[in-house]
Amino acid sequence: MTQPAPTSAAPASPQSLRALLADISSDQRAFKNVPWNKVMMWVFLLGDVFVFGSFLVGYMNVRMSTQVAWPHTTEVFALTVAGKQIPLLLVAIMTFVLTSSCGTMSLAVGYGNQKDRRRTLMWLVITALLGASFVGMQAFEWTELIHERVRPWGNPMGAAQFGASFFMITGFHGTHVTIGVIFLTIVSIKVARGDLENMRPGFMTGRKGGYEIVEILSLYWHFVDLVWVFIFAVFYLW
Amino acid sequence: MAQEHGQHPAIGTYVKVWGMLFVLAACSYAVAYFGVPGLLRWVLLVVLMLMQAGLIVALLMNLVWERLALVFAILLPPTLLVVLIAIGALDGLSTHLDRNAFFDAPVAPAAEHR
Repeated sequence: MTQPAPTSAAPASPQSLRALLADISSDQRAFKNVPWNKVMMWVFLLGDVFVFGSFLVGYMNVRMSTQVAWPHTTEVFALTVAGKQIPLLLVAIMTFVLTSSCGTMSLAVGYGNQKDRRRTLMWLVITALLGASFVGMQAFEWTELIHERVRPWGNPMGAAQFGASFFMITGFHGTHVTIGVIFLTIVSIKVARGDLENMRPGFMTGRKGGYEIVEILSLYWHFVDLVWVFIFAVFYLW
Repeated sequence: MAQEHGQHPAIGTYVKVWGMLFVLAACSYAVAYFGVPGLLRWVLLVVLMLMQAGLIVALLMNLVWERLALVFAILLPPTLLVVLIAIGALDGLSTHLDRNAFFDAPVAPAAEHR
């Protein structure tokens, strides 16, 4: 595409307004030089924003409209350690683990940018393990609540809508984490096999890619943590 | 595919953001742990939540280093959620008022919903 010749000879920075206008008015393709799979990941995540946005707005709606008091989440999700009740302890640990996995994922991206195969692999595997332990703790939490007779249609602690909101929102989030762990495993195997150095069509898919797929995977993983930030604040802490 | 699409941040930047996320998450937890009441709880939770979200999206998801066209394409659509939140809140409030006007006092939670 021909740039509308700027008065100065310098090419427009991709972060300037001029580049924005050039991109959206260009033929064939906007977002020049952005890997296409990265754009597609963002489009997918944008859809997911609305999925989780709808869940959280639905939860707000039922919580506002019910006449029955909402269960006290600080008590429902408390753990007893050495005879002392600590509110939201398990959820705090889960948050700690997921935030940690965000950092390790970023380290994998950083070393991936340097094409450091060994370190990228190590941090990807650690991220996958942290993700798996998050899902494990969530399974434990669900088991506890089911034993306390929390059901999607009612519970002994308060408003009946509590169970529906809890299982729906954390269930969808946990599913996302699980899928993330599966993809982390697939990409780890690709890195371990050295597929990314020479863009070899790799493990599980015929798609070939370089180290940018680690960054694209990190977008998904960070999004999962982003959703957790919102769930943690509005569902558990509110 | 062009190799250079925006510069990459140093690993040290990621580590700093990571540390800040821990601090902010700990602050959120402290708000609930110490049972900060009323409006202050509201404000603190929302501000801390948005700060964490901003850090993740801007720095960990590399949005500050992307082309402006991509940034706009990603950040503009979710602002529509404000409309959805407003509709959800108005509807929740009106349902609540209707229930108070036409239903009996709330039934005791428990037993019968098993």
